[in-house]
Amino acid sequence: MAEIDKPTLLEWYRQMFLIRQFENQCDVLYKEKKITGVYMHLYSGLEATGVGAVAALRPSDHVITAYRDHGIALARGMTPESAMAEMMGKRTGCSGGKGGSMHLASREHNFWGGYAIVGGHLPLAAGIALESRYNGKDDVVLSFVGDGASNNGYFHEALNLSAVWDLPVVWLIENNGYGMGTPVEVSSGQPELHKRAVAYGMKDMGRVDGQNVVDVYNVVSKAVEYARKKGPVLIESLTYRYKGHGVSDRSYDKMAELRDWQQKDPILVLQDYLCKHYECVEDELKDIEREQMAAVFKAVEFAEDSEVPTYEDLISHIYVEE
Amino acid sequence: MADKNMPMREALRMALREEMIRDERVFVMGEEVGAWQGTHRVTRGFLDEFGEKRVRDTPISEMAIAGAAVGAAMAGLRPVAEIMTINFAFLSLDAIINHAAKIHYMFNGQFRVPMVIRAASGWGDQATATHSHTPEPIFAHFPGLYVGCPSTPRDAKGMLKAAIRDDNPVLFTESIAMYSKPGLVPEEDDFVLPIGKADIKREGRHVTLVAYARGVEWSLQAAEQLAKEGIECEVVDMRWLRPLDMPTVFESFKKTNRCVVVEESLPYYSFGSEVAAQLQEHMFDYMDAPVKRVSAMDVPLPYAREIELMALPNAQKVVDAVKEVI
Repeated sequence: MAEIDKPTLLEWYRQMFLIRQFENQCDVLYKEKKITGVYMHLYSGLEATGVGAVAALRPSDHVITAYRDHGIALARGMTPESAMAEMMGKRTGCSGGKGGSMHLASREHNFWGGYAIVGGHLPLAAGIALESRYNGKDDVVLSFVGDGASNNGYFHEALNLSAVWDLPVVWLIENNGYGMGTPVEVSSGQPELHKRAVAYGMKDMGRVDGQNVVDVYNVVSKAVEYARKKGPVLIESLTYRYKGHGVSDRSYDKMAELRDWQQKDPILVLQDYLCKHYECVEDELKDIEREQMAAVFKAVEFAEDSEVPTYEDLISHIYVEE
Repeated sequence: MADKNMPMREALRMALREEMIRDERVFVMGEEVGAWQGTHRVTRGFLDEFGEKRVRDTPISEMAIAGAAVGAAMAGLRPVAEIMTINFAFLSLDAIINHAAKIHYMFNGQFRVPMVIRAASGWGDQATATHSHTPEPIFAHFPGLYVGCPSTPRDAKGMLKAAIRDDNPVLFTESIAMYSKPGLVPEEDDFVLPIGKADIKREGRHVTLVAYARGVEWSLQAAEQLAKEGIECEVVDMRWLRPLDMPTVFESFKKTNRCVVVEESLPYYSFGSEVAAQLQEHMFDYMDAPVKRVSAMDVPLPYAREIELMALPNAQKVVDAVKEVI
């Protein structure tokens, strides 16, 4: 592990713990039918990948992802209030209650959204990166990609386009082992997904331990610098999701596998690292945990107290009117 | 400045070129738009004039062409993406419908998608089943997208400029059969026609012909022929399938009380269906005859010339339909 200072590590711990709490709370609220709808995909288990990767960016860089977007939104700085209100379909949600769990976005954070058609956001990432090059900026786009998306046409077309146009995109595959319920080995002729880079003449930065936030940060930092100066990069982060594909889907019967992954839980991995390197950090971690649990409860309260959208909201923003 | 006679492809080229000169954010991307000078020659000379940054040849990747245009537009550029023919836009449907048309709404106005997708559309050249589509109504089905379909070189210029200047995504189709047809075009670079405004291409009092793109040409030919028999047709060129300017149709219908809808597209769930439905909903008291539709035949297009032409609408079919409602 490279040298990362203690405040930074604690901040990552805060973010990862916040995400875990947020997702646990979403799960509870869904069961209580306070969050409704058929789609909600929890980020539990993937926190190190999202937090470590987003930490490698500047504020002027861009982030885009698929529908498993809560963790990315929070890592990028969206408030839990704004995210939770969107979960509950409230006017105060980041998308005014019109997007839902899969469509969180925050323009002010350069978080371009969660997208719910597998692979659909990949060419958007290329287009956003084109603007950066076009206007002579050196901002990069970090585009998360599910392992499942690596098998559809969008992946091929968008990665190839980013290569032929030398676009500043870091393509980060979150390989959590399954596309819905189908294992990567069953759906991908080449299950080492980072190797796809060769096909596009793109920089391959290999695999990273997606359970280790410091490792993710280090690799993505290198990738971001490469993309800034040269062109697109592909990385594969090996991680795992603790819940089913979505809340309304069956969980797969893989208890032994789940227990193995929980042995290397991203939050525990960082906790161990902090405790080994810093004396008496345990109390600080406990404080962070208490604060983040309180923050999530406060967000739930805020969301519950918020207004539902109106008829005016229903018919607004179909077109840009002015 | 006087109007200048030119084919529609030149009018489109003029519009696009003027907008690229006017606004640095406007750029073109698509298959063969650069070195090849554009499959339909609309971007002829652009690569030399504007360079590789603004005239971007793409791989044969319709999903990525449309999707990257969405991303670039969200980020503040104003892409004009060319899909070589509308047939290939079926590959881009997700990017156009799920992304271009929905993003402004889905994220509650946080992002705008000021992009244009240009595509050549039409049939009648023995292009066969997969290359003979006029699916504009499919795109017009979805809120969030505008759909423009000019019928003359003049309209092509004014409408394309409006599409590029607008902050909403626009699907813009160009009738292949009309690329080479000439017409008078204003040379002013501020000649912009408003989005969603229909145009009366010929006045008349006996029957309203509602059409778009190539349907306007058949309607005008039919009107000419019928005038000799004392039947005066009013030809409403809708220009835009979305927004659909029904008030202009209603005004005409109040005068004529009869309507024939003329479209190059297929008859099921079509432009004609929509116009007819809205007329019976809103103009029932003015209606003296059922609304007739002249559409392509409900078949996939074959190769052989003789039977392909049977399936297509034409002026004579419009004449026959008018006589049924008079």
